[in-house]
Amino acid sequence: MRDPFRIPSGCAVSGILNLDGTHVSGEKIIRSIEVMHERSNGLGGGFAAYGIYPEYAELYAFHVLYDDPLTAKDVEAILKRSCTIEHSEEIPCKETENIQNWPVFKRYFLRYRGRSDCEDDEVVRMVMEVNSGIHGAYIVSSGKNMGVFKGVGYPEDIGKLFQLEEYQGYCWIAHGRFPTNSAGWWGGAHPFGLLSWSVVHNGEISSYGINRRYLQNFGYVCNLQTDTEVITYLVDLLVRKHNIRIPYLGAVFASPFWEQIEKMEEPKKEFFTSLRTIYGGALLNGPFSIIVGFPGGMFGMVDRIKLRPMLAAWKDSTFFLSSEECAIREIAPSLDRLVALRAGEVISERVGERNSHGQKLTVSGV
Amino acid sequence: MARSLLFPEFKIERDKERCIACQVCVRQCANDVHEGSDTEDTVVSQEEKCVGCQRCVNLCPTNALTVQTRKDGFRPNGNWEDRHLRGIYKQAETGGILLTGMGCDRLYPVYWDHLLLNASQVTNPSIDPLREPIELTTYLGKKEEKLDIHWEGDSPVVRTRLAPQLGLEVPVIFSAMSYGSISYNAFRSLAEAAREAGTFCNSGEGGLHPDFYPFGENIIVQVASGRFGVHRDYLRVAAAVEIKIGQGAKPGIGGHLPGEKVSKEISRTRKIPLESDAISPAPHHDIYSIEDLERLVFAIKEAINYEKPVAVKIAAVHNVAAIASGVVRAGADIVTIDGIRGGTGAAPQVIRDNVGIPIELALAQVDERLRLEGIRHHSSLLIAGGIRSSADVIKAIALGADAVYVGTAALVGLGCHLCQKCYTGKCNWGIATQDPVLTKRLNPNIGRRRLVNLLRAWAFEIKEMLGGMGVNAIESLRGNREHLRAVGLSREECSVLGVKAAGEGW
Amino acid sequence: MKHIKIHEEYCIGCRLCEINCLVKHSHTGKIIKAFKEESPRAFPRIRVEEEGCLSFALQCRHCEDAPCVENCMTGAMRRDKENATVLCDEEKCVGCWMCIMSCPCGVIKREKKTRRIASKCDLCGGVDEPVCVAHCPNEALTYE
Ligand code: SF4
Ligand code: SF4
Ligand code: SF4
Ligand code: SF4
Ligand code: SF4
Repeated sequence: MRDPFRIPSGCAVSGILNLDGTHVSGEKIIRSIEVMHERSNGLGGGFAAYGIYPEYAELYAFHVLYDDPLTAKDVEAILKRSCTIEHSEEIPCKETENIQNWPVFKRYFLRYRGRSDCEDDEVVRMVMEVNSGIHGAYIVSSGKNMGVFKGVGYPEDIGKLFQLEEYQGYCWIAHGRFPTNSAGWWGGAHPFGLLSWSVVHNGEISSYGINRRYLQNFGYVCNLQTDTEVITYLVDLLVRKHNIRIPYLGAVFASPFWEQIEKMEEPKKEFFTSLRTIYGGALLNGPFSIIVGFPGGMFGMVDRIKLRPMLAAWKDSTFFLSSEECAIREIAPSLDRLVALRAGEVISERVGERNSHGQKLTVSGV
Repeated sequence: MARSLLFPEFKIERDKERCIACQVCVRQCANDVHEGSDTEDTVVSQEEKCVGCQRCVNLCPTNALTVQTRKDGFRPNGNWEDRHLRGIYKQAETGGILLTGMGCDRLYPVYWDHLLLNASQVTNPSIDPLREPIELTTYLGKKEEKLDIHWEGDSPVVRTRLAPQLGLEVPVIFSAMSYGSISYNAFRSLAEAAREAGTFCNSGEGGLHPDFYPFGENIIVQVASGRFGVHRDYLRVAAAVEIKIGQGAKPGIGGHLPGEKVSKEISRTRKIPLESDAISPAPHHDIYSIEDLERLVFAIKEAINYEKPVAVKIAAVHNVAAIASGVVRAGADIVTIDGIRGGTGAAPQVIRDNVGIPIELALAQVDERLRLEGIRHHSSLLIAGGIRSSADVIKAIALGADAVYVGTAALVGLGCHLCQKCYTGKCNWGIATQDPVLTKRLNPNIGRRRLVNLLRAWAFEIKEMLGGMGVNAIESLRGNREHLRAVGLSREECSVLGVKAAGEGW
Repeated sequence: MKHIKIHEEYCIGCRLCEINCLVKHSHTGKIIKAFKEESPRAFPRIRVEEEGCLSFALQCRHCEDAPCVENCMTGAMRRDKENATVLCDEEKCVGCWMCIMSCPCGVIKREKKTRRIASKCDLCGGVDEPVCVAHCPNEALTYE
């Protein structure tokens, strides 16, 4: 089932973040990604939604895909080793015109029982154990108060299958995939999720081989053979473990050229030199534009010579990222501001920081 | 004296129609093969002494000369090759070890030639190096596992101090060739070219002639078992220090500079008596274990104030991955691995041709092992031994090397014709010799220019290939074996190399 | 005026400069013919001096204050107005050898084949790169 090959793919990506924390249903993001229908080919689509499980906000929400429902026992055994399953249920799906068959999706709400300082590492370890060890089961997301919904089909159909209009979230991210051959496996669709990170990506990382080996050094096992998986792990490593802040991820993933670094002033120059020298293995080379969701925020970035499109826009207190302007205009015909991301640029927004006019926002219910 | 059973290895043909009896060939052959006549317009040759260096052929103004390998006419025998017979005849005559120069010339598989590179098509664009920057800049040295960043408001404060690094503009360094094994002019060519091209050359184990101290910023000095010419200033003037444990051409044995090559300048540089053989012992007599190595590494680091990287060079032998891991743990900032095809000024032929393993396999294993142990970033990997072209360089980098050393390729760039007679001290190309008549044949201005051209040409080619793969910084190819595929190799070889077979996708 | 500079430290004593100078001053200008067919054989205007491991190639220095010009009684040895080269006008030369006696470098030769005239380096008749320089394999001669 699981695809052993890395498949290059073109893609559509889109994201919406309500900076004031307002929750909206998935209907908007489906409309947005649907506009870019031509950028997908029906072989993969998916969504990540933040703020959808307020009643379990403290717990890890695991979305698990079962190609073989009999493996549920094994998965649950692993989960139970360090967590208590407070609640579990099948994720409701509704047959659509274009999707009649789908694997079983379950969600678990888990309370971690161990020491709090290694909680995230333990969750990562659990995810790795299931995803590389249990054939027939696959954890698609493992964050808190968020979830990933994805599968084989056009994204708008996947959205309808999972009835995303029934969920309320403050941030939505979507992906439509154009793989160059049949993906055929639901777990291979995007977004890719780990902990509360979710990543959608358009592009092909030519540095994949070394990024993957670099991650090995830090105990991340890449078994999905997708660029998105690698990007997600790198984001997790750099931000969560190495204390690099999101606005500086560009200095690693899409590092400036040495010539540009040479011209910087101290201490910036030293910082960028150190980042590039030490994190050379994390440089993402090749065309990409990515949107990454995280609790309370979302950021977008493009590769170091801008080989893939990405636009950012603001309207009142909503922040948009998308491959194409039309996908933003579809849901927000008039905008306060629209910019195309420059090579290596990171544009990041967080709930409650400010709106498009630079005013502080009050936050409700994140 | 009993008649020698050896007969000429080369056949010299002189086209009588063309030869003008100018005697250029006579004057060029240091082996006195050609002989002219004062009275007649004829030149004759004594083929027994010819080593096939092609110097006379190159300089003959009328292209009258050809020097070819001679068909020796032994009865063909699949088991007894000519070289076996020759070796036995020679040894039966001399009773000595067969000496030779340069690297192993046996037909072992050259894995570079079984590895193919990738290129972008449709799904990602290739990059045109003429229009977009492609970066080859490489830093060699220990890399911290992570930056210790502390945030003061929105500004980062970095608490990690980068370990000393060697910055290269092209990932190619001239490997250890001592002044002694090569001539002053050859060394000068290398040092000047390294400076101009933004890379380094390695002093070898022969100390550093005072004239080359000003090139210190582009020189890696070597400390080998003989400790020739090693003193405080020698260590301090250099950009990095390399401890030589082993050499790919002769793993397990020491160095030998024949007395004929120990001229006045060399005796001064090495601090040894004139015309005495310079023999470095097989082991360092203060390193009998990995702990001892660690002590030497840190003694040197103390001597240079921890300001420059310290490298340790080992030969590629069977257990190289574990040894390299030990070397990294002993504190080496750079690990140099020298494969079986690495060159030398003088080595017993039986060792050169039979001891050690190809660098490709050693590199693949060392890189993988260090990554599995999570210590790959502790040291940079520098490989040597058999790099012949920019294609070999880029494949080495994709297999996991940070940069490569070139020795033979650099000498060929200077004019070496691989006659393998470096140990005789009569290099007709003025490279591996100290004879003043011969050394001036290498004009270092020309030498520098040729080497700089060579590096520039390779850099262009590497950029073309990187661009083709859609990569615009060399670090994105380093260790990126996804861009390599193997042809004509067994499953075991592919797995040792960590490379998929050609035709397999991602 | 450009001069031929001698870098004796890189002269390998191959004498290719001599050979090619000869060819340049031969009838045919073809090396094999110049040596094998032309009679009398042309001769080189440059000479390689050798002792031990030292060698260098010497030709007329085209001195600024040229004694040969000064001592020539017929005015055959003269300084070219255009490029300041010291040249011998063969028509005027009577073969008295005063120039030879006064040349401090000893680079003027006696041409005896036809009639007695003094013969020396003419910088190849004003070419961009004299042939001895062009053919020196080790850049022991440069024209600058
Ligand atoms: S260099 Fe060539 S032309 Fe001159 S003598 Fe030798 S073979 Fe003959
Ligand atoms: S040894 Fe070299 S120079 Fe001498 S004859 Fe042979 S090829 Fe020519
Ligand atoms: S360096 Fe000289 S002696 Fe050695 S192989 Fe090359 S040409 Fe022959
Ligand atoms: S051609 Fe050059 S190297 Fe040869 S003898 Fe003349 S000056 Fe010397
Ligand atoms: S410049 Fe011309 S004429 Fe003068 S020595 Fe050189 S080759 Fe002969």
